[in-house]
Amino acid sequence: MTSSNSILSITVLPGKSKNGTAENFSEIILSPGDVLSIVGATGSGKTAFINDIEVLAQGDTVTGRIILVNGQNPPDDFIRDPSKKPIAMITQNTKCLADLTVHEFLEMHLRSRKISDISLLEKTIQTANKFTGEKIAAGMRICSLSGGQTRSLFIADAVIISNTPIILLDELENAGIFKEKVIEELRQLRKTTIFVTHDPYVALLTDRRIVMENGTVKCILEPGDLEKDVLFRISEIDKELSAMRERIRGGELLFENKGGTSV
Amino acid sequence: MTARLITVAGPPSAGKTAVVRQILKNLIPEFKVAYLKIDVVQAWEDEELAEEFHIPTKKVYSGDMCPDHTGILVLQDAVEWANSVDADYLIYESAGLCLRCTPYTTHSFGLCVVPAVSGMHTPLKMAPMITFADAVIVTKIDLVSQAEKEVFREAIRQVSSETDIIETDALAGTNMRYLMKRIFELSETRNDADQLRGSPPLGVCTVCIGKKDVGWQNHFGVIRPLDAPDTLFRGE
Ligand SMILES: Nc1ncnc2c1ncn2[C@@H]1O[C@H](COP(=O)(O)OP(=O)(O)OP(=O)(O)O)[C@@H](O)[C@H]1O
Ligand SMILES: Nc1nc2c(ncn2[C@@H]2O[C@H](COP(=O)(O)OP(=O)(O)O)[C@@H](O)[C@H]2O)c(=O)[nH]1
Ligand SMILES: [Mg+2]
Ligand SMILES: [Mg+2]
Repeated sequence: MTSSNSILSITVLPGKSKNGTAENFSEIILSPGDVLSIVGATGSGKTAFINDIEVLAQGDTVTGRIILVNGQNPPDDFIRDPSKKPIAMITQNTKCLADLTVHEFLEMHLRSRKISDISLLEKTIQTANKFTGEKIAAGMRICSLSGGQTRSLFIADAVIISNTPIILLDELENAGIFKEKVIEELRQLRKTTIFVTHDPYVALLTDRRIVMENGTVKCILEPGDLEKDVLFRISEIDKELSAMRERIRGGELLFENKGGTSV
Repeated sequence: MTARLITVAGPPSAGKTAVVRQILKNLIPEFKVAYLKIDVVQAWEDEELAEEFHIPTKKVYSGDMCPDHTGILVLQDAVEWANSVDADYLIYESAGLCLRCTPYTTHSFGLCVVPAVSGMHTPLKMAPMITFADAVIVTKIDLVSQAEKEVFREAIRQVSSETDIIETDALAGTNMRYLMKRIFELSETRNDADQLRGSPPLGVCTVCIGKKDVGWQNHFGVIRPLDAPDTLFRGE
């Protein structure tokens, strides 16, 4: 197993656009602890970008990109042995087709990662339950979990079982899980993280922002403190929206009162 | 010169032809490849691949006979045909129906293609096809999450702790370099008698071949009424 504090950098080398033209950057380096976001219109190639990192592409994906680990071609072990792979990706897909219970699934995943500490199984379910409103139980069938529950379980699985230094999250905000809790958890563990996102709050939280277009990286932004004020405002808006969301979910009626906040 | 034989097995729509396409992309034009498809009633792969890659192809419909049994009946002829057209490789795509048998012969390089979207029990259900293979190609990894992919790998490992597992998005060709490495290293197919690696459960059943009528009254030979303690012989 790769420990989460081993020094590991990832280099992305350019590929080609959907029409075959060369991509316009020299290299993108992810250093340990970096937090990035990827934004862009639907279909612009965001998922394809993180997928390249997950499979450690060697010019053998639709984009033609090449991924290096610590500046070198990745060792075959990283690609072929799940227990050595330093990357965990949570896909956009919120359906899991496995005909197993949550317990069986996690047990098999522990085995595939050659981990004998069986207590991680319970810990994974506990962590997942921090992210989701409706609780997951060990005896539930994986394929009967909701989209949000599946997403929560896979994130917890990536953090606790895979425990990789690099985590790739595709549209975290989509399944209605408690995204702040996930971001908080990842921040505490100092994971190198990429968020593919359409959510302004998540995008502005990250240090670097990759903008995609037509299957290629259009530009890379490092706003530094420039967006500080906007980030503060968005976080206030986001808190208000979250509070409203929870109340709607709880079955309340919301209406404007004189003070301008919802009651 | 003897063409190297590659046998591609796996359930219907597993991605066998998609894998074959990737192999062809990597072999052509450096090598000459011939392709044989065996299926029960309908198959189009031979025509598609002939048009796409300009390679010699053939197709055999097994009809009433077990397609894998048909395979071993015609394979010797097929290797001779591949040699006659100067092919370096002969790729044989099986029908992949009942999963009880394995179409791999001892002299061929056997590939088992299984999609990552199959249930976790699928590897157990098709255990012979997996254990006798030289490599298991897990396709459609683009459609599942990473954890699921790793658990599926573990499910294959439960059936076979040794077989090489190669995970791919067969449409993009991801990780195909690991398969190609082994294909480039294949030695020429031996000339001595070739055999199936696994034993078929009944081979081909001369009793039931082509017979569709329900009811033992309509049949001769070995029959079995529901309440009879054992099979009976019924002469014409
Ligand atoms: N560089 C590229 N060359 C060729 N095809 C590409 C390239 N990048 C992406 N694609 C293809 O374009 C399609 C859309 O890409 P992708 O799924 O990555 O979009 P996305 O930005 O994640 O969209 P969404 O926001 O809807 O999830 C996919 O089929 C992908 O394989
Ligand atoms: N997304 C995806 N689709 C695939 C993959 N492999 C095959 N397919 C699709 O699955 C279907 C069946 O594939 P095919 O190669 O014809 O299967 P065969 O019956 O085993 O030969 C086709 O529509 C393929 O395009 C893969 O790795 N990913
Ligand atoms: Mg996407
Ligand atoms: Mg086919």
